Amino acid sequence: MDNKILHSVTAIFHTPDDIIKAAKAVVKAGYKKFDVHTPYPVHGMDQAMKLKRSPLGYFAFALGVIGATLGLLLMYWTMTVDYPLNIGGKPTFPLPAFVPVTFEITVLLASVATVVSMIVIFFKFPNNSHPLHDTEYMKQVSSDKYGLTIEAADPNFDFEKVKDFLSKIGGTNVEAIYYDNDEINSKLTLLEPKFLTGLAVISVLVITITYFSLNKLMFMQPFNWMMDQQKITAMKVSTFFDDGFSMRLPVEGTVARGFKPYPYPDSVELASRVLVNPLEFSDVNLENGKRKYNTFCSPCHDYHGNGVARLNGQFPNPPSLHTDKVREWSDGHLYHIITVGQNTMPSYDKQLTQEEKWQVILYVRALQRALNAQEGDLQ
Amino acid sequence: MATDITHEVSVIEGKPTLKEIDATIIKPMDEMPNIKFYIAIGFTLTLLLIGVISLGMAFYRGLGLWGVNNPVGWGFAIINFVFWVGIGHAGTLISAILFLFRQKWRTGIARFAEGMTIFAVMTAGLFPLIHVGRPWLDGYLMPHPNQHNLWVNFTSPLLWDVFAVSTYFTVSFVFWYMGLVPDFATMRDRLKNSTIVSKVKKTIYSVLSLGWRFSNRHWSHYEMMYLVLAGFATPLVLSVHTIVSFDFAVSIVPGWHTTIFPPYFVAGAVFSGFAMVQNALIIIRKVFNMEHIVTLDTLEKMNKVIIVTGMMVGYAYGMEFFIAWYSGHEVESFAFLNRAFGPYTWAYWIMVSCNVIFPQFFWIKKLRRNIPFMFVVAVLVNVGMWFERFVITVTSLSRDYLPSSWAYYVPTIYDIGLLIGSFGFFFTLLLLFTRTMPVISIAEVKSVVAGSQPTRHKLGHHEEDEHNG
Ligand code: HEC
Repeated sequence: MDNKILHSVTAIFHTPDDIIKAAKAVVKAGYKKFDVHTPYPVHGMDQAMKLKRSPLGYFAFALGVIGATLGLLLMYWTMTVDYPLNIGGKPTFPLPAFVPVTFEITVLLASVATVVSMIVIFFKFPNNSHPLHDTEYMKQVSSDKYGLTIEAADPNFDFEKVKDFLSKIGGTNVEAIYYDNDEINSKLTLLEPKFLTGLAVISVLVITITYFSLNKLMFMQPFNWMMDQQKITAMKVSTFFDDGFSMRLPVEGTVARGFKPYPYPDSVELASRVLVNPLEFSDVNLENGKRKYNTFCSPCHDYHGNGVARLNGQFPNPPSLHTDKVREWSDGHLYHIITVGQNTMPSYDKQLTQEEKWQVILYVRALQRALNAQEGDLQ
Repeated sequence: MATDITHEVSVIEGKPTLKEIDATIIKPMDEMPNIKFYIAIGFTLTLLLIGVISLGMAFYRGLGLWGVNNPVGWGFAIINFVFWVGIGHAGTLISAILFLFRQKWRTGIARFAEGMTIFAVMTAGLFPLIHVGRPWLDGYLMPHPNQHNLWVNFTSPLLWDVFAVSTYFTVSFVFWYMGLVPDFATMRDRLKNSTIVSKVKKTIYSVLSLGWRFSNRHWSHYEMMYLVLAGFATPLVLSVHTIVSFDFAVSIVPGWHTTIFPPYFVAGAVFSGFAMVQNALIIIRKVFNMEHIVTLDTLEKMNKVIIVTGMMVGYAYGMEFFIAWYSGHEVESFAFLNRAFGPYTWAYWIMVSCNVIFPQFFWIKKLRRNIPFMFVVAVLVNVGMWFERFVITVTSLSRDYLPSSWAYYVPTIYDIGLLIGSFGFFFTLLLLFTRTMPVISIAEVKSVVAGSQPTRHKLGHHEEDEHNG
């Protein structure tokens, strides 16, 4: 008993009138650290104890203003700044349409934050280790009695005097309440085995649940996000055909739309003699030819056909396209080279349509003409 | 009963001691439930199971299982949503608005009504989540930064709904929980640390009570907080059903596009909510022997609220017709004639008779205080209010501007299963509530029994009146 630290002295009163009188007497006697415990709020007790009006109302107001501002800012940022949407031609900051949500956020923040600040700031809750808990005193005041405590921390506190005083003003069951030594001495540390085990169990649980939901659940019916459909998608094995391909090879000799097979794959001479460029010089043709040339030919042949590749020696440099030889070749010859390739130069048959090939040839001709201009061109 | 109106009569009958109040209210939590409870919960769980199955089917196979068609794209899901949100409103009205008006008779029923609010809003909240069709995408209802750079549309009434309902739920929940804190503390202190069960119970109650010590320094903040919350909850409850009505009123569908909707919806919500609270309380007070706490006077007062709000709703029905005619708008007038005499005549007249005609019996005092009678009327009121939402949603959609696309809406068995399931969900929660938490606020009831407050002359009136919130 001796080494226990005194918290307070308590007394029980039996009627609301008694407790009000007692509270007034305690105030008169000059005690500051005292408290009254009643099973329900007793009218007039705040005056009797000379308590100030609770400032929670101001808290609520301030928090409400903050809520309104935050709500409006959120809507302004999302709807006006970050991703303005044109909804029926209405302004992107339609204040009237923001009113309902602003109101809701205001109420939400104000009420929740008021309650939380009351619990945390004013009550310092949750706190289940207060010395008054689990005492006979607490059991009575939580049911049908009215209690008064004077704390040892009060400057005027004197054990014997307080006890006498409480009995004198009509209190019964005058008792001393002590701090629980075990609780004071217990030092909770982060390395507490119970805590660590709990932590481990929780983390394993969280990991398992996360793994399951992200890797399994999401791929089950009906959560598969419509990925699992009857149709065969790219790279998927068909169970319908024996060879596992979902696409059938076309019948022998099928010609793709817009593609005529090239008739002279083996004969440059024939090609250069027979084939004639069907296109004429025009802005559209040259423009398109330039685009295709820059995309498909310029990496090796350079933008101007000088044969200075941008390939940093990874591929043999092609010869210049401005040699007399190439300039004298017919368009059909060039067409043949683009279509079949020539020695190390690969075929560009698949990348370019027939029309595009002729357009590229027109462009190459224009380049040749431009880089090898003659006197006569000036006129 | 010759009443002395200068003197406020006690809302609690008899003169129970504070200990007796504890005992009566906590009793259901101290005992093992009896067979009646198991039958009841078995029944509600069966209803719930029906709902779960219909819902599972709808998720697995798709919403094609429902009766919704083109043009009636809003079927049972929205009807049930509005119905259940409305049920919830009575709770807030009782706990917040009547609190602000200092109506002491609310103390006996406030906690229970608040609980109903929470469960009703939970039930209601299911439907928007369900009717999007792919519930795993519901997260997008709340604005959050995501990889699609997609935000919600803050100008849509449906989004206002998301905010209104979730705020309403949160605030009601906080309100309810704060009311429970002192009661949890009382329950904590009643338990002896003797058996394992009571130890576990004690731990749970200790955690839930946050360590409440009944200190008057705390009560003083607590009462202020309660006042503030009631002050917030009052406009909130009005805003919630207003916004729910905006779902309809902001559109241009004939029969929906009317300014009377917000007050009309709020009145209807309170109407049906009171009917539901009254029904549930009649059963609870009987089963748990709480007739002296939830008194006949209280029930009579609720019936008076029912008749008032019922007449408001009736007025709205009439006014809708008047405005439709007065506007001279052809389609609008048609919409209302079609409601009353079109293919959904049956639904319309169920609604009118249940909501406007039957509550008129409450003008007669004898009937107003007759428990079996008022029970039946309240059930009918809820049937009527469900049909009101049905009439509003379905009649307007099934016949709007374009006659070539008119269609008749018939709910399927899955729709009905969901409706049944929602009742199962609600009443299961309610039954569990009655066994796990005090359904009547212990602290509040104690503060209004005779002799629980100091006699006045010792205090001086002014001092008290000025302060007590
Ligand atoms: C991968 C690099 C590469 C690309 C791309 C390329 N070529 Fe060639 N090209 C060469 C090489 C290398 C030669 C020389 C082949 C040889 O040794 O005969 C050549 C030769 C030629 C010749 C003949 C020149 C001569 O003097 O024999 C022509 C014409 C020609 N290319 C046109 C084109 C056109 C038109 C394109 C665009 C469709 C193109 N090339 C794209 C690498 C390329």
